[in-house]
Amino acid sequence: MGRYVARRLLQMIPVFLGTTILIFLMVNVLPGDPVAALWGDKPPDPAQMAKIKHDLGLDLPLWQQYLHYLGNLAHGEFGVTIAGSRPVIDEMAAAFPVTIRLALMAFTFEMVVGICLGVIAGIRRGKLIDTSVTIFTLLVISVPVFVLGLLGQQVIGTQLGWVTPNVQDSMNVGQLLLPAIVLGSLSLAYVARLTRTSIAENARADYIRTAVAKGLPQTRVVRMHLLRNSLIPVVTYLGTDIGALMAGAVVTEGIFNVQGVGNLLYEALARREGAVIVGIVTVFVLIYLVANLVVDLLYAVLDPRIRYA
Amino acid sequence: MPENTVKMKKNDAATAAEEPTAVGPTVAEAGPAPEKPRSLGADAWADLIRRPLFLISAVLIVFLLVMAAFPSLFSSTDPTAGDLSNHFLDKPKLGSLFQPDWFGYDAQGRSIYSRVVYGARVSIMVGVGVTLLTTVFGGLLGMLAGYFGGFWDTALSRITDVFFGIPFILGAMVVLNAFTDRTVWTVIGALAFLGWTTIARVMRGAVITAKHADYVVAAKALGAGTGRILRKHVLPNAIAPVIVVATIQLGVVIVAESTLSYLGLGLGTNDVSWGADISDAVKSIRNAPHILFFPAGMLSLTVLAFIMLGDAVREALDPKLR
Amino acid sequence: MTLLDKTDSVPSPRGAGDDGTPLLEVRDLHVEFHTRDGVAKAVNGVNYTVDAGETLAVLGESGSGKSVTAQAIMGILDMPPGKISKGEILFRGQDMLKMSGEERRKMRGAKMAMIFQDALSSLNPVLSVGYQLGEMFRVHQGMSKKEAKAKAIELMDRVRIPAAAARVGDYPHQFSGGMRQRIMIAMALALEPDLIIADEPTTALDVTVQAQVMDLLAELQREFNMGLILITHDLGVVADVADKIAVMYAGRIVETAPVRELYKRPAHPYTKGLLESIPRLDQKGQELYAIKGLPPNLTRIPTGCAFNPRCAQAQDVCRTDVPPLLQVTERDGGELAGRGSACHFWKETIHG
Repeated sequence: MGRYVARRLLQMIPVFLGTTILIFLMVNVLPGDPVAALWGDKPPDPAQMAKIKHDLGLDLPLWQQYLHYLGNLAHGEFGVTIAGSRPVIDEMAAAFPVTIRLALMAFTFEMVVGICLGVIAGIRRGKLIDTSVTIFTLLVISVPVFVLGLLGQQVIGTQLGWVTPNVQDSMNVGQLLLPAIVLGSLSLAYVARLTRTSIAENARADYIRTAVAKGLPQTRVVRMHLLRNSLIPVVTYLGTDIGALMAGAVVTEGIFNVQGVGNLLYEALARREGAVIVGIVTVFVLIYLVANLVVDLLYAVLDPRIRYA
Repeated sequence: MPENTVKMKKNDAATAAEEPTAVGPTVAEAGPAPEKPRSLGADAWADLIRRPLFLISAVLIVFLLVMAAFPSLFSSTDPTAGDLSNHFLDKPKLGSLFQPDWFGYDAQGRSIYSRVVYGARVSIMVGVGVTLLTTVFGGLLGMLAGYFGGFWDTALSRITDVFFGIPFILGAMVVLNAFTDRTVWTVIGALAFLGWTTIARVMRGAVITAKHADYVVAAKALGAGTGRILRKHVLPNAIAPVIVVATIQLGVVIVAESTLSYLGLGLGTNDVSWGADISDAVKSIRNAPHILFFPAGMLSLTVLAFIMLGDAVREALDPKLR
Repeated sequence: MTLLDKTDSVPSPRGAGDDGTPLLEVRDLHVEFHTRDGVAKAVNGVNYTVDAGETLAVLGESGSGKSVTAQAIMGILDMPPGKISKGEILFRGQDMLKMSGEERRKMRGAKMAMIFQDALSSLNPVLSVGYQLGEMFRVHQGMSKKEAKAKAIELMDRVRIPAAAARVGDYPHQFSGGMRQRIMIAMALALEPDLIIADEPTTALDVTVQAQVMDLLAELQREFNMGLILITHDLGVVADVADKIAVMYAGRIVETAPVRELYKRPAHPYTKGLLESIPRLDQKGQELYAIKGLPPNLTRIPTGCAFNPRCAQAQDVCRTDVPPLLQVTERDGGELAGRGSACHFWKETIHG
């Protein structure tokens, strides 16, 4: 087990490097000059442009810029915004707690409801409840998050007035409820489907037949034998789910006016703030990699075949 | 001879062992005495035809493809031509089927019906284009990595690891943000660039399982060359999960394109896209919800069709779920 | 033409029940499956009995219905699409098919237990072996975790798994095939049931391990005086362990005999074919014999005797009349205990 953990940790390093290089290239190699854009429609002043570029280190060769970026990363130093010269790290520090709270709410929602729906549908396969859940999840997957968000805002917020359509206080749990549900809905559908398939597959397994042949009561067979095995793939899915939540946050926070990191990223994209983009995406990637690592370890804990392979 | 072995094996895959210990349908299938056993492909097709899920989605998709290829058949109005003075935010007239005013007009006086029709072209093009690229490119790399193993496999695994570190839409946002003039091809390129790794992984896994099968070893022993083995033995057996993932990916890509267009990172203003229309609709949502409703509905319907197709295909191709 | 269905005509060297009631009696059992391709008649009128301490071997190819019968006895058939259309299954004289689900559940594992073919897939991969063994005691006898674990170690010792105390926390995939099968056996006899059904217990094992496992099974059966139904398609395994054999084909019993008799003088063309298919050293250099054709599709069983398309001696009557299980006698009519054959021409088959 210890070796497995060490191996996974080591694997993370080259992947992290590779991913950050990729991001860095994607942001910096492509056409478009963010410094020139600062002047808007007016022609930029070459001397001032050169000075700004120099200050921001944008006139160095790319590989040097990358190394600077990596070095700064280690210090938590993401540079400053081009527009307001504010430290990127401060902007992010203010926005992250909001998004974390939103994401946690979404995550809890999708897990609890998703797994319950999936279990019920999987056990009663072919019956009405199964078909209903299938149709429901199909619909949720088909409607993109932003459509769901807009509809939710319109119907529940504006028309029905059950919640405030726009979030005023980004840390208020009650106000974050609707955005969290919208954010988690897509993942909920996937979790429900995955659970349902896993349960349906495992229900026909030989070891379930053995459990029944042993004279174990139905509840025990489902709880100890069926669920223990069926939930393993769901746990592994949760790693990739974090990625979906992050992307979804960009859209959802925009719609509901939540002052989180997603919103920050969206505005940075609009204003071509390279440092902010790279900073946020890097942190996202880091979180994503760590989450996947944790999930892999969890998987090893849950499935002894991996542990002692 | 190897073909027959493959076909028998495909049928046996359904019964899973020479000695069926499971009860039920496997008992019936154990004795195919006078009939030739069906290949998995023929079996899957026969199964698909019977499913309502497949039939509905297939009809929808054919309809969408026709609409994407020949939009003029459905709408004679120019979707980009706006008549502000006459048709500002006109309400839909649900009675005028297939007429320009069927779905009403938007804030720039453009026929929403026409925009919905022409919007299909973009979504379908992006969906099909990206999926084709990722399947061919990713599939090929995955197959080679899985079959030859060793250095190629390690290289591919490391590369896909890196790409997997970036969540799909997030990466697309970053890439597309860098281009100021975006066309359909830009979007297709960006999404394919980020999406090929999924198919590559699936194909690699399927090929690794397939190459260990006895019939591959037998074919090698009979002197079959690598090309033949890959074409006739490995690929037909590895393709099933790839097809399932590709079909579902089509739906996901359409969602991605619309999300990006909604965020203003998709196509340019001259192209008609459902996502962009939805984004515009937000401003007038209070008094003119129809601008949001029709493109959103059409978008959801399209994605639904592909996801349903993917589901139906998956159930037909999975012998365990019979 | 006498029909064979009484226990007392079968020699039971280890003794029948106290009042002559057999431990298990299957009467005219019919099981069918409603599938997309039609109704598969998996079991068509099976009768057999087992006494305490007796071993019945049920022989047959895939699709003969031997496993389905066993699962019907245990009550673990998938009930749609499966359906028991007719018959009775009497355990100590009580018809189990008339019992409630809960009553049958309590009997499973405690009074009758089953051993399956593939121990790797039949054991839960994520629970330790000790846990799965202990479960029997905790559920049926209300023992505590500690007591159950101690019993589990005891069981593992009994089936001769080395270092049982150290390995009780290990998982199924950490054991070899033979040891896993022993664990399955241990699980089956944890509560000292009266009847054990072993469904192809050694098919997945090497020959040397096969012998060890069969020896263990026989030893434990003697010790606990259990009835044993051994389901297999391997004639070699049967010879040492069984007292009597029932040969099944297309859901029916086509021949019954005490074990030695069957090998010496088969009375049914199918049994004869099976015996002739075993390669023998003195046939070296000659072509191997195999019964031509394949077992029938159970949704379309041939009319008359189900074996007729593959039988070299088939006559017209074989294609129209289903032969009942007839009493097999000596040439002079002298009774042969426990022998029956479902063949119109059993006389010609056994006596040449």
